[in-house]
Amino acid sequence: MISELKSSPLEAAHVALGARLVPFAGWNMPVQYTSIIDEHTAVRTACGIFDISHMGQFIVSGPTAAAWLNGLLTNDIQKLGVGQGQYTLMLNEKGGVIDDLIAYRSGEEEFFLVVNASMIEEDFFWMASRQGEGVILRNESDLWAGMAVQGPTAVKVFAKVFPNETLPPRNGIMTTAAGSVVCRTGYTGEDGFEFFCPNAEAIGYWDQFLAAGAKPCALGSRDTLRLEMGYPLNGNDLSPERSPIEAGLGFFCDLEKGDFVGREVLVRQKADGPAVKLTALRYLDKGPPPRAHYPVLTADGAVIGELASGALSPSLMAGIGMAYLPAEFSKIGTPLQIEVRGKLFPAEVVKKPFYKPAPSA
Amino acid sequence: MNNPTDLRYATSHEWVRLDGDFATVGISDHAQEELTDVVFVELPAVGRSVDAGDPTAVVESVKAASDIYAPIGGEVVEVNPDVEADPSLVNTDPYGKGWIFKLKVKNAADVASLMDAAAYTAQIG
Repeated sequence: MISELKSSPLEAAHVALGARLVPFAGWNMPVQYTSIIDEHTAVRTACGIFDISHMGQFIVSGPTAAAWLNGLLTNDIQKLGVGQGQYTLMLNEKGGVIDDLIAYRSGEEEFFLVVNASMIEEDFFWMASRQGEGVILRNESDLWAGMAVQGPTAVKVFAKVFPNETLPPRNGIMTTAAGSVVCRTGYTGEDGFEFFCPNAEAIGYWDQFLAAGAKPCALGSRDTLRLEMGYPLNGNDLSPERSPIEAGLGFFCDLEKGDFVGREVLVRQKADGPAVKLTALRYLDKGPPPRAHYPVLTADGAVIGELASGALSPSLMAGIGMAYLPAEFSKIGTPLQIEVRGKLFPAEVVKKPFYKPAPSA
Repeated sequence: MNNPTDLRYATSHEWVRLDGDFATVGISDHAQEELTDVVFVELPAVGRSVDAGDPTAVVESVKAASDIYAPIGGEVVEVNPDVEADPSLVNTDPYGKGWIFKLKVKNAADVASLMDAAAYTAQIG
Protein backbone atom coordinates (compact mmCIF):
# COMPACT_ATOMS: atom_id res chain seq x y z
CA MET A 1 0.00 0.00 0.00
CA ILE A 2 1.30 3.43 -0.86
CA SER A 3 0.66 5.87 1.92
CA GLU A 4 -0.13 9.42 0.98
CA LEU A 5 2.60 11.69 2.26
CA LYS A 6 1.79 15.36 2.66
CA SER A 7 4.02 17.84 0.89
CA SER A 8 5.28 21.03 2.45
CA PRO A 9 4.71 24.19 0.41
CA LEU A 10 8.52 24.44 0.55
CA GLU A 11 9.16 21.01 -0.96
CA ALA A 12 10.34 22.38 -4.31
CA ALA A 13 12.87 24.56 -2.51
CA HIS A 14 14.17 21.54 -0.58
CA VAL A 15 14.54 19.49 -3.75
CA ALA A 16 16.33 22.35 -5.49
CA LEU A 17 18.77 22.54 -2.54
CA GLY A 18 19.51 18.81 -2.84
CA ALA A 19 17.84 17.85 0.42
CA ARG A 20 17.27 14.25 1.35
CA LEU A 21 13.54 13.86 1.99
CA VAL A 22 12.10 11.24 4.33
CA PRO A 23 8.63 10.42 5.65
CA PHE A 24 8.11 12.17 8.99
CA ALA A 25 4.79 12.31 10.86
CA GLY A 26 2.97 11.71 7.58
CA TRP A 27 4.92 14.38 5.71
CA ASN A 28 7.66 14.21 3.13
CA MET A 29 10.24 16.36 4.92
CA PRO A 30 13.96 17.08 4.59
CA VAL A 31 16.18 15.21 7.05
CA GLN A 32 19.36 16.92 5.89
CA TYR A 33 20.68 19.10 3.09
CA THR A 34 24.43 18.53 3.20
CA SER A 35 25.48 17.49 6.68
CA ILE A 36 23.68 17.24 10.01
CA ILE A 37 26.81 18.40 11.83
CA ASP A 38 27.24 21.46 9.58
CA GLU A 39 23.57 22.36 9.96
CA HIS A 40 23.74 21.87 13.72
CA THR A 41 26.83 24.07 13.93
CA ALA A 42 25.20 26.79 11.82
CA VAL A 43 22.40 27.09 14.37
CA ARG A 44 24.82 27.13 17.32
CA THR A 45 27.13 29.72 15.77
CA ALA A 46 25.10 31.78 13.27
CA CYS A 47 21.61 31.13 11.92
CA GLY A 48 19.69 28.20 10.49
CA ILE A 49 16.20 27.95 9.03
CA PHE A 50 13.96 24.91 9.37
CA ASP A 51 10.79 24.12 7.48
CA ILE A 52 8.17 23.51 10.17
CA SER A 53 5.16 23.58 7.85
CA HIS A 54 4.19 20.13 9.10
CA MET A 55 3.38 21.49 12.55
CA GLY A 56 -0.25 22.17 13.42
CA GLN A 57 -2.00 25.45 14.24
CA PHE A 58 -5.25 25.71 16.14
CA ILE A 59 -7.08 28.94 16.83
CA VAL A 60 -9.21 28.98 19.97
CA SER A 61 -11.39 32.02 20.54
CA GLY A 62 -14.38 33.26 22.45
CA PRO A 63 -15.13 34.84 25.83
CA THR A 64 -14.61 31.53 27.65
CA ALA A 65 -11.60 30.35 25.61
CA ALA A 66 -9.02 30.99 28.35
CA ALA A 67 -11.02 29.23 31.07
CA TRP A 68 -11.76 26.30 28.78
CA LEU A 69 -8.13 25.88 27.69
CA ASN A 70 -7.06 26.03 31.32
CA GLY A 71 -9.13 22.92 31.95
CA LEU A 72 -7.28 21.05 29.16
CA LEU A 73 -3.70 22.29 29.49
CA THR A 74 -1.21 22.01 32.35
CA ASN A 75 0.26 25.54 32.45
CA ASP A 76 -1.81 28.52 33.65
CA ILE A 77 -2.97 30.21 30.47
CA GLN A 78 -4.56 33.04 32.49
CA LYS A 79 -1.04 34.27 33.24
CA LEU A 80 -0.56 35.18 29.58
CA GLY A 81 -1.06 38.78 28.58
CA VAL A 82 -1.96 39.52 24.97
CA GLY A 83 1.17 38.85 22.87
CA GLN A 84 2.66 36.30 25.27
CA GLY A 85 3.12 32.55 24.94
CA GLN A 86 3.95 29.54 27.10
CA TYR A 87 5.04 25.92 26.76
CA THR A 88 2.28 23.65 28.02
CA LEU A 89 1.00 20.08 27.84
CA MET A 90 -2.29 18.36 27.14
CA LEU A 91 -2.88 15.25 29.25
CA ASN A 92 -5.21 12.29 29.30
CA GLU A 93 -7.21 11.30 32.39
CA LYS A 94 -4.29 9.21 33.67
CA GLY A 95 -1.98 12.22 33.59
CA GLY A 96 -0.19 10.84 30.51
CA VAL A 97 0.94 13.22 27.79
CA ILE A 98 -1.18 13.52 24.67
CA ASP A 99 0.90 16.35 23.29
CA ASP A 100 3.21 19.16 24.22
CA LEU A 101 2.56 22.50 22.55
CA ILE A 102 3.01 26.24 22.74
CA ALA A 103 -0.04 28.37 23.48
CA TYR A 104 0.12 32.05 22.58
CA ARG A 105 -2.42 34.68 23.54
CA SER A 106 -2.87 36.38 20.19
CA GLY A 107 -5.81 38.48 21.40
CA GLU A 108 -7.76 39.12 24.60
CA GLU A 109 -10.11 36.28 23.68
CA GLU A 110 -7.98 34.46 21.09
CA PHE A 111 -5.24 31.83 21.41
CA PHE A 112 -2.85 30.47 18.77
CA LEU A 113 -1.73 26.92 19.52
CA VAL A 114 1.17 25.21 17.77
CA VAL A 115 1.02 21.42 18.11
CA ASN A 116 3.09 18.47 16.89
CA ALA A 117 2.51 17.34 13.30
CA SER A 118 1.93 13.72 14.27
CA MET A 119 -0.75 14.73 16.78
CA ILE A 120 -2.85 17.26 14.84
CA GLU A 121 -5.85 15.00 14.34
CA GLU A 122 -5.75 13.38 17.75
CA ASP A 123 -5.31 16.71 19.54
CA PHE A 124 -8.13 18.29 17.59
CA PHE A 125 -10.47 15.37 18.22
CA TRP A 126 -9.62 15.42 21.94
CA MET A 127 -10.32 19.13 22.15
CA ALA A 128 -13.39 19.17 19.90
CA SER A 129 -15.00 16.36 21.87
CA ARG A 130 -14.67 18.49 25.02
CA GLN A 131 -15.59 21.78 23.42
CA GLY A 132 -16.97 24.31 25.87
CA GLU A 133 -19.82 26.81 25.65
CA GLY A 134 -18.82 29.96 23.83
CA VAL A 135 -15.57 28.50 22.50
CA ILE A 136 -14.68 28.49 18.82
CA LEU A 137 -12.02 25.93 17.89
CA ARG A 138 -10.50 25.97 14.42
CA ASN A 139 -7.86 23.67 12.94
CA GLU A 140 -5.89 25.89 10.54
CA SER A 141 -2.98 23.46 10.14
CA ASP A 142 -3.49 23.11 6.38
CA LEU A 143 -3.46 26.87 5.83
CA TRP A 144 -0.16 27.79 7.45
CA ALA A 145 3.39 27.24 6.31
CA GLY A 146 6.01 27.51 9.04
CA MET A 147 9.72 28.26 9.32
CA ALA A 148 11.88 28.29 12.43
CA VAL A 149 14.77 30.75 12.13
CA GLN A 150 17.20 29.95 14.91
CA GLY A 151 20.66 30.94 16.08
CA PRO A 152 22.64 33.80 17.61
CA THR A 153 22.28 35.89 14.44
CA ALA A 154 18.56 35.13 13.85
CA VAL A 155 17.66 38.58 15.14
CA LYS A 156 19.81 40.14 12.40
CA VAL A 157 18.16 37.96 9.78
CA PHE A 158 14.77 39.15 11.00
CA ALA A 159 15.84 42.80 10.84
CA LYS A 160 17.01 42.40 7.23
CA VAL A 161 13.74 40.84 6.08
CA PHE A 162 11.51 43.05 8.24
CA PRO A 163 13.26 46.42 8.65
CA ASN A 164 10.02 48.00 9.88
CA GLU A 165 8.97 45.32 12.35
CA THR A 166 10.09 44.57 15.90
CA LEU A 167 10.57 41.02 17.16
CA PRO A 168 8.38 40.20 20.15
CA PRO A 169 10.12 39.46 23.47
CA ARG A 170 11.00 35.88 24.45
CA ASN A 171 7.96 33.57 24.10
CA GLY A 172 5.97 36.43 22.56
CA ILE A 173 3.81 36.54 19.45
CA MET A 174 3.05 39.33 16.98
CA THR A 175 1.49 39.76 13.56
CA THR A 176 3.37 41.59 10.81
CA ALA A 177 1.79 44.32 8.69
CA ALA A 178 1.46 41.72 5.92
CA GLY A 179 -0.40 39.30 8.22
CA SER A 180 2.35 36.78 9.03
CA VAL A 181 2.68 35.46 12.56
CA VAL A 182 6.04 35.78 14.34
CA CYS A 183 6.73 33.95 17.61
CA ARG A 184 9.92 34.37 19.63
CA THR A 185 10.19 30.66 20.35
CA GLY A 186 12.06 27.64 19.07
CA TYR A 187 13.27 24.12 19.67
CA THR A 188 17.03 24.61 19.60
CA GLY A 189 17.90 26.55 22.77
CA GLU A 190 19.17 29.44 20.65
CA ASP A 191 17.57 32.82 20.21
CA GLY A 192 15.34 33.06 17.18
CA PHE A 193 11.79 33.00 16.01
CA GLU A 194 9.12 30.84 14.45
CA PHE A 195 7.38 32.33 11.45
CA PHE A 196 3.99 31.34 10.06
CA CYS A 197 2.46 32.55 6.80
CA PRO A 198 -0.12 31.37 4.28
CA ASN A 199 1.18 28.44 2.17
CA ALA A 200 1.28 30.51 -1.02
CA GLU A 201 3.72 33.01 0.53
CA ALA A 202 6.09 30.39 1.94
CA ILE A 203 8.65 30.20 -0.88
CA GLY A 204 8.94 33.98 -1.04
CA TYR A 205 9.75 34.33 2.64
CA TRP A 206 12.02 31.25 2.63
CA ASP A 207 14.11 32.84 -0.13
CA GLN A 208 14.24 36.14 1.76
CA PHE A 209 15.44 34.47 4.97
CA LEU A 210 18.11 32.58 3.01
CA ALA A 211 19.23 35.77 1.30
CA ALA A 212 19.45 37.41 4.74
CA GLY A 213 21.91 34.74 5.89
CA ALA A 214 19.92 31.79 7.25
CA LYS A 215 21.32 28.38 6.30
CA PRO A 216 18.80 25.66 5.41
CA CYS A 217 18.67 23.09 8.21
CA ALA A 218 16.55 19.98 8.46
CA LEU A 219 15.05 17.45 10.85
CA GLY A 220 18.33 15.67 11.57
CA SER A 221 19.93 18.70 13.16
CA ARG A 222 16.63 19.79 14.67
CA ASP A 223 16.74 16.54 16.65
CA THR A 224 20.36 16.88 17.82
CA LEU A 225 19.81 20.54 18.75
CA ARG A 226 16.72 19.84 20.82
CA LEU A 227 18.30 16.83 22.51
CA GLU A 228 21.36 18.85 23.58
CA MET A 229 18.87 21.11 25.39
CA GLY A 230 17.08 18.15 26.94
CA TYR A 231 13.86 19.19 25.20
CA PRO A 232 11.48 16.24 24.88
CA LEU A 233 10.21 14.92 21.54
CA ASN A 234 6.67 13.62 21.72
CA GLY A 235 6.56 9.98 20.66
CA ASN A 236 10.11 9.41 21.95
CA ASP A 237 10.35 11.15 25.32
CA LEU A 238 6.67 11.81 25.93
CA SER A 239 3.86 9.28 25.75
CA PRO A 240 0.32 8.68 26.98
CA GLU A 241 1.86 6.35 29.59
CA ARG A 242 4.19 8.99 31.08
CA SER A 243 3.26 12.11 32.99
CA PRO A 244 4.99 15.48 32.78
CA ILE A 245 6.13 14.98 36.39
CA GLU A 246 7.93 11.81 35.30
CA ALA A 247 9.26 13.67 32.24
CA GLY A 248 10.76 16.40 34.45
CA LEU A 249 8.31 19.01 33.15
CA GLY A 250 6.65 19.87 36.47
CA PHE A 251 7.64 23.51 35.95
CA PHE A 252 5.04 23.71 33.17
CA CYS A 253 2.24 22.23 35.27
CA ASP A 254 0.41 24.66 37.55
CA LEU A 255 -1.24 22.48 40.16
CA GLU A 256 -2.69 25.52 41.99
CA LYS A 257 -4.58 27.07 39.06
CA GLY A 258 -7.68 24.91 39.39
CA ASP A 259 -8.72 21.64 37.85
CA PHE A 260 -7.47 20.33 34.52
CA VAL A 261 -7.49 16.92 32.87
CA GLY A 262 -4.86 14.74 34.54
CA ARG A 263 -4.27 17.04 37.52
CA GLU A 264 -5.15 14.51 40.23
CA VAL A 265 -2.44 12.14 39.05
CA LEU A 266 0.16 14.91 38.96
CA VAL A 267 -0.72 16.05 42.47
CA ARG A 268 -0.25 12.52 43.77
CA GLN A 269 3.02 11.97 41.88
CA LYS A 270 4.39 15.29 43.06
CA ALA A 271 3.54 14.48 46.69
CA ASP A 272 4.95 10.94 46.59
CA GLY A 273 7.79 11.65 44.17
CA PRO A 274 7.62 9.94 40.76
CA ALA A 275 8.71 6.30 40.64
CA VAL A 276 10.44 6.86 37.30
CA LYS A 277 12.12 9.94 35.91
CA LEU A 278 13.25 10.96 32.44
CA THR A 279 16.98 10.97 33.11
CA ALA A 280 19.79 12.57 31.14
CA LEU A 281 22.80 10.35 30.40
CA ARG A 282 26.16 11.12 28.93
CA TYR A 283 28.94 8.77 27.83
CA LEU A 284 32.12 8.93 29.85
CA ASP A 285 34.27 7.92 26.87
CA LYS A 286 34.05 7.80 23.11
CA GLY A 287 31.58 5.30 21.73
CA PRO A 288 29.01 4.62 19.05
CA PRO A 289 26.16 7.17 18.94
CA PRO A 290 23.54 6.15 21.51
CA ARG A 291 20.12 5.77 19.91
CA ALA A 292 16.50 5.29 21.00
CA HIS A 293 15.70 1.84 22.46
CA TYR A 294 19.28 0.95 23.39
CA PRO A 295 19.21 -0.73 26.84
CA VAL A 296 20.34 1.21 29.91
CA LEU A 297 22.03 -0.79 32.66
CA THR A 298 23.31 -0.18 36.15
CA ALA A 299 27.05 -0.26 36.84
CA ASP A 300 26.44 -3.88 37.97
CA GLY A 301 24.90 -4.81 34.64
CA ALA A 302 21.17 -4.95 35.51
CA VAL A 303 18.90 -3.60 32.78
CA ILE A 304 16.80 -0.75 34.21
CA GLY A 305 15.36 0.87 31.09
CA GLU A 306 16.02 1.94 27.52
CA LEU A 307 16.90 5.19 25.82
CA ALA A 308 13.89 7.25 24.77
CA SER A 309 16.19 9.48 22.68
CA GLY A 310 19.88 9.38 21.97
CA ALA A 311 22.44 10.96 19.71
CA LEU A 312 26.01 11.92 19.28
CA SER A 313 25.97 15.54 20.41
CA PRO A 314 27.67 17.54 17.65
CA SER A 315 28.45 20.38 20.09
CA LEU A 316 29.98 18.15 22.77
CA MET A 317 31.17 15.33 20.48
CA ALA A 318 29.89 12.94 23.14
CA GLY A 319 27.06 10.44 23.27
CA ILE A 320 23.97 11.79 25.05
CA GLY A 321 20.53 10.40 25.69
CA MET A 322 17.45 10.39 27.88
CA ALA A 323 15.77 7.39 29.48
CA TYR A 324 12.92 6.75 31.90
CA LEU A 325 14.70 5.16 34.85
CA PRO A 326 13.69 4.22 38.39
CA ALA A 327 14.07 7.38 40.47
CA GLU A 328 16.87 5.89 42.58
CA PHE A 329 19.07 5.80 39.46
CA SER A 330 18.29 9.34 38.31
CA LYS A 331 20.61 11.20 40.69
CA ILE A 332 23.30 13.34 39.03
CA GLY A 333 26.58 11.42 38.87
CA THR A 334 25.05 7.93 39.06
CA PRO A 335 27.27 5.58 37.02
CA LEU A 336 25.32 3.62 34.40
CA GLN A 337 25.99 1.76 31.15
CA ILE A 338 24.46 1.88 27.68
CA GLU A 339 24.40 -1.29 25.60
CA VAL A 340 25.18 -0.98 21.90
CA ARG A 341 25.20 -4.16 19.78
CA GLY A 342 26.02 -6.28 22.80
CA LYS A 343 28.81 -4.06 24.12
CA LEU A 344 28.55 -1.88 27.23
CA PHE A 345 29.64 1.75 27.28
CA PRO A 346 30.02 3.60 30.59
CA ALA A 347 27.80 6.64 31.09
CA GLU A 348 26.66 8.81 33.95
CA VAL A 349 23.60 10.76 34.90
CA VAL A 350 24.05 14.46 34.14
CA LYS A 351 22.06 17.64 34.60
CA LYS A 352 19.92 19.02 31.77
CA PRO A 353 20.60 20.80 29.52
CA PHE A 354 23.52 18.80 28.14
CA TYR A 355 24.71 21.96 26.41
CA LYS A 356 24.34 25.62 27.35
CA PRO A 357 24.12 27.95 24.36
CA ALA A 358 26.37 31.01 24.46
CA PRO A 359 24.46 34.20 25.28
CA SER A 360 23.60 35.93 22.02
CA ALA A 361 25.51 39.07 21.08
CA MET B 1 32.45 10.57 -9.53
CA ASN B 2 35.99 9.25 -9.32
CA ASN B 3 36.03 5.54 -8.55
CA PRO B 4 39.61 4.26 -8.89
CA THR B 5 40.00 1.74 -11.68
CA ASP B 6 42.44 -0.46 -9.75
CA LEU B 7 39.71 -1.40 -7.23
CA ARG B 8 36.80 -3.83 -7.28
CA TYR B 9 33.39 -2.92 -5.89
CA ALA B 10 30.54 -4.76 -4.16
CA THR B 11 26.88 -3.93 -4.82
CA SER B 12 26.70 -2.96 -1.13
CA HIS B 13 29.24 -0.17 -1.84
CA GLU B 14 32.45 -1.60 -0.35
CA TRP B 15 35.66 -1.46 -2.37
CA VAL B 16 38.51 -3.99 -2.39
CA ARG B 17 42.15 -3.43 -3.22
CA LEU B 18 43.81 -6.80 -3.85
CA ASP B 19 47.56 -7.16 -3.23
CA GLY B 20 48.62 -10.78 -3.52
CA ASP B 21 46.57 -12.70 -0.94
CA PHE B 22 45.64 -9.57 0.97
CA ALA B 23 42.62 -7.36 0.37
CA THR B 24 42.11 -3.88 1.80
CA VAL B 25 38.45 -2.94 2.24
CA GLY B 26 36.72 0.42 2.56
CA ILE B 27 33.51 2.10 1.45
CA SER B 28 33.05 3.97 -1.79
CA ASP B 29 32.96 7.69 -2.28
CA HIS B 30 29.28 7.34 -3.15
CA ALA B 31 28.61 5.45 0.10
CA GLN B 32 30.37 8.01 2.28
CA GLU B 33 28.46 10.77 0.52
CA GLU B 34 25.17 8.98 1.18
CA LEU B 35 26.04 8.37 4.84
CA THR B 36 27.49 11.86 5.40
CA ASP B 37 29.28 12.80 8.63
CA VAL B 38 30.73 9.47 9.71
CA VAL B 39 31.09 9.81 13.48
CA PHE B 40 31.94 6.28 14.56
CA VAL B 41 33.52 3.18 13.05
CA GLU B 42 33.26 -0.18 14.79
CA LEU B 43 36.13 -2.37 13.62
CA PRO B 44 36.15 -6.17 13.53
CA ALA B 45 38.40 -8.25 15.76
CA VAL B 46 41.70 -9.18 14.16
CA GLY B 47 41.70 -12.92 13.52
CA ARG B 48 38.00 -13.11 12.79
CA SER B 49 37.08 -15.27 9.82
CA VAL B 50 34.40 -13.89 7.51
CA ASP B 51 32.53 -15.06 4.44
CA ALA B 52 31.56 -12.80 1.58
CA GLY B 53 28.46 -10.86 2.63
CA ASP B 54 29.06 -11.11 6.39
CA PRO B 55 28.50 -7.89 8.34
CA THR B 56 32.07 -7.15 9.39
CA ALA B 57 32.25 -3.53 10.51
CA VAL B 58 29.76 -0.79 11.38
CA VAL B 59 29.92 2.79 10.15
CA GLU B 60 27.70 5.27 11.94
CA SER B 61 26.57 8.72 10.92
CA VAL B 62 24.66 11.06 13.22
CA LYS B 63 21.43 9.61 11.90
CA ALA B 64 22.02 5.89 11.38
CA ALA B 65 24.25 2.86 11.82
CA SER B 66 25.20 0.95 8.66
CA ASP B 67 26.74 -2.50 8.38
CA ILE B 68 29.83 -2.89 6.25
CA TYR B 69 29.93 -6.30 4.59
CA ALA B 70 32.98 -8.36 3.72
CA PRO B 71 33.09 -8.22 -0.10
CA ILE B 72 35.00 -11.52 -0.18
CA GLY B 73 35.79 -14.25 2.33
CA GLY B 74 38.94 -14.32 4.44
CA GLU B 75 40.49 -13.63 7.81
CA VAL B 76 40.73 -10.14 9.26
CA VAL B 77 44.46 -9.49 9.61
CA GLU B 78 44.53 -5.75 10.21
CA VAL B 79 42.15 -2.91 11.06
CA ASN B 80 42.65 0.81 10.58
CA PRO B 81 43.08 2.46 14.00
CA ASP B 82 43.06 5.89 12.33
CA VAL B 83 39.36 5.67 11.37
CA GLU B 84 38.56 4.70 14.94
CA ALA B 85 40.33 7.82 16.20
CA ASP B 86 39.09 10.07 13.37
CA PRO B 87 36.00 8.58 11.68
CA SER B 88 35.77 11.56 9.32
CA LEU B 89 38.66 10.02 7.31
CA VAL B 90 35.99 7.77 5.79
CA ASN B 91 34.40 10.94 4.38
CA THR B 92 37.49 12.85 3.41
CA ASP B 93 39.63 10.04 1.96
CA PRO B 94 37.41 6.99 1.38
CA TYR B 95 39.87 5.25 -0.98
CA GLY B 96 43.00 6.11 1.00
CA LYS B 97 43.35 6.89 4.71
CA GLY B 98 39.71 5.93 5.23
CA TRP B 99 40.26 2.19 4.63
CA ILE B 100 38.58 0.02 7.26
CA PHE B 101 40.05 -3.50 7.43
CA LYS B 102 42.38 -5.92 5.62
CA LEU B 103 41.65 -9.54 4.87
CA LYS B 104 43.90 -12.46 4.07
CA VAL B 105 41.62 -13.76 1.37
CA LYS B 106 40.54 -17.39 1.06
CA ASN B 107 40.48 -17.32 -2.68
CA ALA B 108 41.90 -14.34 -4.54
CA ALA B 109 39.95 -15.35 -7.64
CA ASP B 110 36.72 -14.42 -5.81
CA VAL B 111 37.56 -10.80 -6.49
CA ALA B 112 36.63 -11.39 -10.12
CA SER B 113 32.97 -11.72 -9.03
CA LEU B 114 33.00 -8.08 -7.89
CA MET B 115 32.35 -5.12 -10.16
CA ASP B 116 35.03 -3.09 -11.83
CA ALA B 117 34.95 0.69 -11.57
CA ALA B 118 32.96 1.14 -14.78
CA ALA B 119 30.26 -1.34 -13.71
CA TYR B 120 30.06 0.20 -10.22
CA THR B 121 29.86 3.72 -11.59
CA ALA B 122 27.02 2.53 -13.81
CA GLN B 123 25.26 0.95 -10.80
CA ILE B 124 25.23 4.15 -8.79
CA GLY B 125 24.58 6.21 -11.95
